[in-house]
Amino acid sequence: MVNLKTAVGDLTLDKPGMVASGIMDETGASMVRMLECGAGAVVSKSVGLEPHEGHANPCFTEVRGGYVNAMGLPNPGIELFREEMAEAVPHGNIVGSIYGAGPDDFRSLAISMEEYGACAVELNLSCPHAKGYGMEVGTDPDMVKRIVMAVKSSVDIPVWAKLTPNTHILPTIGMAVQDAGGDAVVAINTLKAMVISPEFARPVLSNKFGGLSGPAVKPVGVRAVYDLSTVLDIPIIGVGGIMDWRDAVEYIMAGASAFQVGSGIGIDGPSIFEEINRDMECFMKEYGYKSIESMVGIAHE
Amino acid sequence: MSDVVRIKKIIDEAYDTKTFVFDWDAETKPGQFLMIWIPGVDEIPMSISGMRGREKSITVKNIGEATDAIHGLREGDPVRIRGPYGNGFDTSSSNILVIGGGVGTAAVMPLTETLGCDMIIAARSDRDVIMEERAKACSGNVMIATDDGSRGFHGNAVQLMREAVASKRYDRIAACGPEVMLFFTYKACEELDLECELSLERYMKCGAGVCGCCVMDDSRVCKDGPVFNKGQIAQLTEFGQSKRDACGRLVKFR
Repeated sequence: MVNLKTAVGDLTLDKPGMVASGIMDETGASMVRMLECGAGAVVSKSVGLEPHEGHANPCFTEVRGGYVNAMGLPNPGIELFREEMAEAVPHGNIVGSIYGAGPDDFRSLAISMEEYGACAVELNLSCPHAKGYGMEVGTDPDMVKRIVMAVKSSVDIPVWAKLTPNTHILPTIGMAVQDAGGDAVVAINTLKAMVISPEFARPVLSNKFGGLSGPAVKPVGVRAVYDLSTVLDIPIIGVGGIMDWRDAVEYIMAGASAFQVGSGIGIDGPSIFEEINRDMECFMKEYGYKSIESMVGIAHE
Repeated sequence: MSDVVRIKKIIDEAYDTKTFVFDWDAETKPGQFLMIWIPGVDEIPMSISGMRGREKSITVKNIGEATDAIHGLREGDPVRIRGPYGNGFDTSSSNILVIGGGVGTAAVMPLTETLGCDMIIAARSDRDVIMEERAKACSGNVMIATDDGSRGFHGNAVQLMREAVASKRYDRIAACGPEVMLFFTYKACEELDLECELSLERYMKCGAGVCGCCVMDDSRVCKDGPVFNKGQIAQLTEFGQSKRDACGRLVKFR
């Protein structure tokens, strides 16, 4: 019998695929819908201390191979997010994604997420288009260490750190998370990118630059997970351009214990989880893999 | 996908409303919409108000900064558009009554032109009635309603709809307009046991079903909609009641 069950540290997931932060996860009802569509967990929209509108439109555009977005972390703020969590948490695993400017912000947000019933917190150390947040704090190993330590000492739920590929020291950042007691790393966030309109001779996004996601980034993500898994002992969650079972298995074989899907939900629709689950099960049966665990990192051997 | 088109023709529909016509090869369905870029200002969703072969159009009522900038465009100017987005209307039956309220008329005009069906055009006043000639060119039964009675039926779209469906049995109502009009259209359809499809609107960012900022309950207006049928609308507790702002906060209508 083939089993899709997996675990990220102490957290057991019936299905290995989760909804990545920022997609269909701003409201309680949409998170419930994604759980019902076969996701093993939903990572919430990144939530900060105060309500935030994000960047002006245009903050999104399609490109060949995916999307470039600069949403700019729109969110209702941690206080109001209590209501969305209350609606979603009874239905399954909700991971609370949070962003802040430093250890104190992250600590206070994580405490709230734990109180709201999140099964884990995901620290957004990687958004490429929000000044003073995301990758601006997440590319400094010392800052990463301080943030993870502050959160770890304040909550009992698992603490995951979502990392950016926009650095040449990704393994060092991963080690900083592990050394600080982090429970898992999530890789990768979007690649810093830009789209220019020749007709208007200017960048299309109001923020000028944004982050590239979708099928185009998958090989970068797979490489990042492979690199991280050569140095880390803590679990890795793979994300970036997953469209089908084959992409998901690539991440798993590179070293990921679970995976997340973001842009694929926009491209294929919420049914993408059921399709991946079904097709991955067929592959595992055909090639004699009995569990997700038996595939994790085997591309290294 | 995104494309850059050139404005071929501009039509004055009313004192505050213009139609911008352009050639665009993409296949579109009545009820779908585009994201229109206004460089340095904004990017906003606009229903496709005309689709005759490769000739498409949008119709813009000047209500704010972004629409004012669009009104400043001239023939020959380039426009960057994304789309088409959304599901569109059901076109399987032509025995339907189309209702357009205000500039919402533009969003349902391609449906009337595709099916040649009966249509109600409702507006505040005579000077707000748009696209009557276009409707008459393809439909044998065009009814006008104005809130102030300055033209046609004196009353709102829903009152006129009740009269129209009393004298003729339609398979379905298809409507676009202000949410308050759509809300009472839905209520009337429930009461009269009539099917309906309504084109809804919410604040949008991506337009493509990714960001989730336009959700009503668990449905994305941009991708699962903007057209919802009666059964789907029955599940939308936010319809006619509340919307989400740019931060994702719930804002009640009253």
